[in-house]
Amino acid sequence: MQENSKVLTPAEEISRRSRRSFIGLGVGAVAAVGGWEWLHSGEIPEGDIPGKLRAALNFNEGVVRNTLYGNDHLAKTFPASAVGKIRANGDVGIDEALDAAAWRLEVVPFGASAPAGKLVMDDLRKLPRHEEIIDFKCVEGWSTVTQFAGARFSDFTAKFAPGSEKAQCVGMRTPDEEYYVGLDMPSALHPQTLLAYEMNGEPLNDKHGAPLRLVIPVKYGIKNIKRIGRIEYADKRGDDYWAERGYDWYAGL
Amino acid sequence: MQVLEEKHKLATRWFHWINFPILFVMIISGLLIYWAYDPYRIGLGSITLFHFFPDWFYDATHVDHKLSYGMALHFLFAWIFAINGLAYVIYTVVSGEWRELVPERKSFGEAVQVAMHDMGLKVPLPPQGRYNAAQRITYTGIVLMGGLSLLTGLAIYKPAQLNWLTALAGGYEWARWEHFWLTMGYLGFFGIHIAQVIRAGWANFRSMVCGYDVVELKAASAEVHGNAGKL
Repeated sequence: MQENSKVLTPAEEISRRSRRSFIGLGVGAVAAVGGWEWLHSGEIPEGDIPGKLRAALNFNEGVVRNTLYGNDHLAKTFPASAVGKIRANGDVGIDEALDAAAWRLEVVPFGASAPAGKLVMDDLRKLPRHEEIIDFKCVEGWSTVTQFAGARFSDFTAKFAPGSEKAQCVGMRTPDEEYYVGLDMPSALHPQTLLAYEMNGEPLNDKHGAPLRLVIPVKYGIKNIKRIGRIEYADKRGDDYWAERGYDWYAGL
Repeated sequence: MQVLEEKHKLATRWFHWINFPILFVMIISGLLIYWAYDPYRIGLGSITLFHFFPDWFYDATHVDHKLSYGMALHFLFAWIFAINGLAYVIYTVVSGEWRELVPERKSFGEAVQVAMHDMGLKVPLPPQGRYNAAQRITYTGIVLMGGLSLLTGLAIYKPAQLNWLTALAGGYEWARWEHFWLTMGYLGFFGIHIAQVIRAGWANFRSMVCGYDVVELKAASAEVHGNAGKL
C-alpha cells in the first residue's frame, strides 16, 4: 500500500505508535478484567471462595510440600520469660461443659472403619512428655507465645495406631463433631506436633480445649483443634471446618 | 528539526503496566487480611494520632470479614508480582539499563536540587540522563522495596519453614509490621508519582505507553534526554 512506502513525519509517526500502543493497553485492560471475571466464575459454595482461588491455594500447597517443607524445619521456640497474655478464640465444639469422667479418645487406625480403641487421659500421660514454648499463630494475624506440654503425635501414633504413619492424612473431631480438622501426615508427624494436656504450666483449661488438644506449630491456630474426641487416619483429606469456610486446607506455616 | 526519541524500552513498559494492576490487587487483598488484626498506628505511648484504620474507613470500603478471600487472592497474585518483579530486575541487569537507573554518587546531592526545583523554587536542574537524580533514587528504592515486600511476605507466610528468614526480619511480628509499612510506602510513592506524571504532561505519559516522544534535535542539552517519566 502506498501509505507504508511513505516516510512519516515525526508527528505522524508518534501518533501512529501512540494509537497502536493505547489500543494495546486497552486490550490489555479488557483482558485483565476478563481474567478477573474468569477467576471468580463458577459455583461458589456458601461462605467459601471461588474454585479457581481454591485451586491456587492447593497449587501453593504442592509447591511448599515439594520444596520448602521439612520435618527438621522447626517453629521457633522461646524462653519461659517470653510467654505472653493468653487469649481464647473460638468455642465451636467446646461450648457445652466437658464431662471429664466420660471423655474418651476414639482412635481409628489407617484402614480400619471403626475405632480400635477408646483411650483415657492416663493412656496419653504414659507417653513421653514433651514440652515446648512456641509462638501460637492465629490466621487473623496475631500470635501469642505459649507453653504447651503433652505427647508427641508421632509417639502417639506409634503406640496407639502403629502403621498408620503411612496414611496420607489424619482427621480429628470434637466429641460433638461440631469442629473438625484435616491434616497432612508429614505435618502431623512433625516433631513439634503435640497432643497437649498442659498449657503455661497448668492443666489445660476448658476454654483452651481440656482435656486434650492439638498443638501443631507448623499450622495456623485454626488447625489446633481443642477437646479432641476422635482421631482417624485416612488416605483422603478429612473434612475441615475452616477449609469449608474459605480458608486454605493446608494452612501451613 | 523534530525527531522521534525512545524514552522507555518495550520491556520496561510491559513490566510497569503489568505491575500496576497486580500491585493494586496485592494492596487491596492485603487490606482484607490486615482488617482481621489491625494493630498499627501513628502515635507514641497512649497517644494515638492515627489508627490504621478507623471505623469510618472500614465502613466506607467494606473490606471487613473477607480474610479468607484476601488470603487466597494475596497468595495467588504474589506469584505474578514476584515473577514480574524478578524478570524486571534480571532484564535491567542483563540489558545494562541499570546504569541509567541506579543512583550515582552525585545523585544524592542532585536529588535535593531536583526536589527543590519541582517544588517551585528557583533552583536550576542538573544535567541528567534518562532519569534525573531524584528519579534514580526513587525508582531504585521502589524496586528494593518490592524485594523487601516479597521477603517479609515470605517470612510471614512460612515462618516455620523459613524460620531463618523470619529471624532476619526481626521475628514474626516485626515482619508483619515491615510488610505493612512497605505498603504504606507504595501508597506514598503512588501519590507523588501520579502528581508528577500529571505535572509532566501528556507527552510524558504517552511515552510510558508507546515508548517514544518527539523532541527538537537541535536542543542537544539535558532537555533532549531529560524528563521522561518524571517521578
